[in-house]
Amino acid sequence: MLTLTCPHCGVQADETELLPGGEAHLKRHGPGSSEEEFEGYLFHRQNPKGPHLERWRHAFGCGKWFLAARDTVTMQVFGTYPASLATPTDEIRRRAGVERPGWGFEPGVPGEPEAVE
Amino acid sequence: MADAVTLAEPLGMIGLRGDHGDERVRAAVVGLTGTAFPERLRIEGTSQRGVAWMSPDELLIFVPRSEVALAVDRLATDLAGLHHLVTDVSDMRVCVRIEGPDAREVLAKLSPADLHPDVFGPGLFRRSRLGQLAAAFWLEGEGARVICFRSVADYAVALLRQSAADGAVGHF
Ligand SMILES: [Zn+2]
Repeated sequence: MLTLTCPHCGVQADETELLPGGEAHLKRHGPGSSEEEFEGYLFHRQNPKGPHLERWRHAFGCGKWFLAARDTVTMQVFGTYPASLATPTDEIRRRAGVERPGWGFEPGVPGEPEAVE
Repeated sequence: MADAVTLAEPLGMIGLRGDHGDERVRAAVVGLTGTAFPERLRIEGTSQRGVAWMSPDELLIFVPRSEVALAVDRLATDLAGLHHLVTDVSDMRVCVRIEGPDAREVLAKLSPADLHPDVFGPGLFRRSRLGQLAAAFWLEGEGARVICFRSVADYAVALLRQSAADGAVGHF
């Protein structure tokens, strides 16, 4: 069971009180962009095995969108932050190990698959 | 005896969107309800006259049904020129009363919210889920009050009655 603390109202929300919104920090490509960029915006996701930045909506609560950093394997939650931030807070980045070499998180751009050791 | 679950008499409810930090907003609300301004996740007063914190920019104000039109006018006047939204939402939701010593458990069986007495005490206003319903609930009177959308009122009452009929688990 996933429990995320909504940064807007402070409620420790159960997964069933939340609406998942997919990968966070996507760069929107609209009119004027190339077909490749638009395709990437619509369909290409990182789908990482490990730390992931996601959008969630506190649907059965205050109704606000927020972002969460979580490990897709261990379900460990590194933190949540308002959707108005362009990147996770330094504290969340540190905890998630986002800075570690090889992970290469770039919002909205599919990363290279990690080498299997 | 199982807790009594009944549909409450129609309440007067006003939705107010605006900046909670703005002194004019705070004064208008407090002047209307005669209560304190609610902190995050809290309700001041009661479902007869009070105000609940719905989200960082939204309040739900309770007044007697007969005073709603007057109260809406008064808020609109008080907040004129300020970015805000005042709406009579009395018909949007219904209120369900749970009366009895086990109200906390009647709710807890249906919701993922932490309703332990240390967490969910008097004055706390929790928006969450009851079964499949979006609902908000708080302790009031000899039990608790629930508000949910009018379209699911029948289901909400049946669900809460079943939970009450099954009795307390004795968890708290
Ligand atoms: Zn929230």
